[in-house]
Amino acid sequence: MKASEYDFVAARRRIEAKAKSAGEKLTSLEDTAARVKDGDTIAVGGCLFSRTPMALVREVLRARRRGLTLARNLTCHEGELMMVAGAAERIVTAWMSIGLPWGVSKILREYVEGGKVALEEWSHLALGLRFKAGAMGVPFLPALTMLGSDLVGVGGMKTIEDPYTGATLAAVPALFPDVALLHVHRADRFGNCQIDGYPHMDADIARAATTVLVTAEEIIPEEEIRRHPDRTVIPGFVVDAIVHVPFGSFPHECYALYEADYEHFGEYTSAIDAKGSGAVREYLDRYVHGPASWMDYLDLFGGERLARQQRAARDLVS
Amino acid sequence: MTAPNAQELLAVIASRQLRDDTTVFAGVGVPLLAAALARQRHAPRLTMVIEGGIIGPEIAPGRLPISTNEMRAGRRATMLPAITEAFLFAQRGFVDVGFMGGAQIDQYGNVNTSVVGADYWKPKVRLPGTGGANDIASLCREVIIVTAHEKRRFVPRVDFVTSPAWLGGGGARAAAGLLFGGVSRVVTTLGILDFDPASRRMRIEATHPGVSVETIRENTGFALDTAPIVETTAPPSADELAMLRALDPERRFLG
Repeated sequence: MKASEYDFVAARRRIEAKAKSAGEKLTSLEDTAARVKDGDTIAVGGCLFSRTPMALVREVLRARRRGLTLARNLTCHEGELMMVAGAAERIVTAWMSIGLPWGVSKILREYVEGGKVALEEWSHLALGLRFKAGAMGVPFLPALTMLGSDLVGVGGMKTIEDPYTGATLAAVPALFPDVALLHVHRADRFGNCQIDGYPHMDADIARAATTVLVTAEEIIPEEEIRRHPDRTVIPGFVVDAIVHVPFGSFPHECYALYEADYEHFGEYTSAIDAKGSGAVREYLDRYVHGPASWMDYLDLFGGERLARQQRAARDLVS
Repeated sequence: MTAPNAQELLAVIASRQLRDDTTVFAGVGVPLLAAALARQRHAPRLTMVIEGGIIGPEIAPGRLPISTNEMRAGRRATMLPAITEAFLFAQRGFVDVGFMGGAQIDQYGNVNTSVVGADYWKPKVRLPGTGGANDIASLCREVIIVTAHEKRRFVPRVDFVTSPAWLGGGGARAAAGLLFGGVSRVVTTLGILDFDPASRRMRIEATHPGVSVETIRENTGFALDTAPIVETTAPPSADELAMLRALDPERRFLG
């Protein structure tokens, strides 16, 4: 871990220096990518193939950013794309592969075993607490997890003596990302965000990061937010940019709206089985650099496939 | 009813470890099937907690989840907390049993799902990592490991302790600050292993029908003592197998 990740004083100053406007945040995907710089630590919301901000990840890849640290609790194929594209040099995560049926990721193995990308592993809860500490503005949180394991040495986590009982506690360090990339169900043009289904870690990630970029399936009038303020999980003043992106997680899932496209994962991993990381480079050309817009990207999947995934989602929550 | 295969045997024996009126932290695959079977059969007031942020799901037959945080895993759940909050129920002491698998396991029950090889940063084989396994191993009141019994999996010392059980044995777990829980049992395709209460070394507690103590020893990479009484497990019954098979008609996890 880097000292800058838990420097709570510097992180606080960055938030104090920021405009915290209740005004207009609506912008374009191209504009969001311009707010990510080479070398940034970017935290990606959702979890594995659920509510991944795929349109934002794609935009960062299209902008050919370099030297990024990707921080995500469970990392799926978006992490593989960032590895092979040369965008990420370091991944901070608890787990990485597509999912159990597709086995251990061959891209993970090639890039980490070959020393091309460093993978800093934390337990799932510890990474959640790193974002939570960041959200709280403190340098660390005490916890009872990760103690005694070899994970302690990987990221350099320290332990502390409880000043009250003398017990040994994990001092889980804060993670203040430079940028948060998030996808939500709905937001107003001022950045007030609502999420359905799994909250994952998004609310903490938004508070921990310096710059917060959000895509939303739907942009709704401010009046609708005000009618259900209890559903708002990220307030507008935390958010820097909001973009309207239907199917913004696809081929990953968005709770109640569309199921993940497992068939697509199968095609993707079969191509890797046949051609190795060359298949991912072809995938980047076809899905990231080829289509000029997100709508063009969705056209590669086709309306029938998107409709099928919507029906599957409706069926699961009915 | 055809004889159970290895996955079915694991799921049935594992399901019997769960008691009614308790809570279980279950990973996807065989652990989730075992928990779902227990809930249907003998533990209707068992609550499942899943790490993606799910409490009390009712898994639909034929719609088994692939991951712990997708829509299928949360079907008919009673609560969808944030992931960090889901784990904190375990830290607070609300989770009785943690169910987990293991790529590599040692004589003190420690599990490695991170790297094969001596140098973490230059691994011979990079595995997916802990996910929530380390947290389950650290925080649940009791942990049960469910795994195929193969000599290459049961090694004297794991290359990397991803999920801590008894660490170096004796009082090492508590000395590291892990004041609660620990692995109580390892359910395998050959039998059930537990741990000596003093040394915390793994030992044979039960054998599956037709399996000898010697066969278990031959398939383990370290010396195994036996518990004072070695039991023989009852084979999966017809109704256990029928219920289990109905949960996974696509044979996604039952092979």
